Amino acid sequence: MAKKTPAINSSSTADIAFLLLCYFLMTTTMGSHFGLSRRLPPMPDPNQKIEDQKVNRRNIIVVKINSADRILAGTDAIDVSQLKDKIKEFLSNPANDPNLPEKEVKEIEGYSKGTYPVSKGVISLQNDRGTSYQAYIAVQNELVKAVNELRDDFSTKEFGKKYSLLDEDQQKIVRDCVPQNISEAEPKDVGKRR
Amino acid sequence: MSRFKKGDKKEMPGITSSSLSDIVFMLLFFFMVTTQMRDTEQKVKITTPEASEVVKLERKDLNAYINIGSPTLQYQQAYGTDARIQLNDSFRTTDDIRDFIAAERDSKSEADRQLMTVSIKADQDVRMGIVTDVKQELRRCSALKIMYSARKPAK
Repeated sequence: MAKKTPAINSSSTADIAFLLLCYFLMTTTMGSHFGLSRRLPPMPDPNQKIEDQKVNRRNIIVVKINSADRILAGTDAIDVSQLKDKIKEFLSNPANDPNLPEKEVKEIEGYSKGTYPVSKGVISLQNDRGTSYQAYIAVQNELVKAVNELRDDFSTKEFGKKYSLLDEDQQKIVRDCVPQNISEAEPKDVGKRR
Repeated sequence: MSRFKKGDKKEMPGITSSSLSDIVFMLLFFFMVTTQMRDTEQKVKITTPEASEVVKLERKDLNAYINIGSPTLQYQQAYGTDARIQLNDSFRTTDDIRDFIAAERDSKSEADRQLMTVSIKADQDVRMGIVTDVKQELRRCSALKIMYSARKPAK
């Protein structure tokens, strides 16, 4: 007859598991990584001839940040808090002002009405070597905010929902209709180097 | 009457602790899934700037980190307080970024290489000059997907 095996005392497994738990608590970090996503323009090919890219002047707004973190948008110096409204006005051009960007009627794939006048506006961001990173991110943030609010406006009008609540295909339509054209210009060194 | 007062003092049954280990294991798995290994030691002081329009980074494994900031107290003797670049575990210059990106690319699988994102973690007080240098170098290495690390403002 087989001998009955005595029950293994399992009270210490909890302690072992606690030890493991403590180990993982110490050596890992919580996954909370947030940021502003961007795409850099590719480096221009030196062999390639510089083609004169004619961008109509009305289609471009230059946002400059100097070494004292002051902002110049278009022609006037403004505060960060005003930047968003300025960009929104520039991109949406509600009154079809001839000084603000023109709109190109484009065919949008999957869009129920077929075509939509897409703004050709481009935001060009220039900064100085002395600009603080904080000011730079603040400006980037305002630019993204302006585009996001325009997208929200558009999607509430079209789909009755906020952009973030739409499904993948609808988001793509909104992205096509309200593009995010932010170009980061070649760096310049004008201010005093620190 | 005697029905309710049967016998003498009843002994308290011992609480079974066999489920305790299961509970702890569950906690353990939770932490194992939601956290990631801390692979590098932070040698520069970084307080990321605040931004309200931040998006969450997907696929953390496809990320390469470039830290920019002034060295922490224990390294200030050797490296000063000027903003420095930290790649992996050591202080580097912009010239080393090319090798760093190449190494990071190699460590990813073939299909994921296109999706690699370079996360620039810079302190809010650094000047744009050093960040611009890093960006230019990244453009030269054609690592074009970048992300400016930022945190959500406290409400």
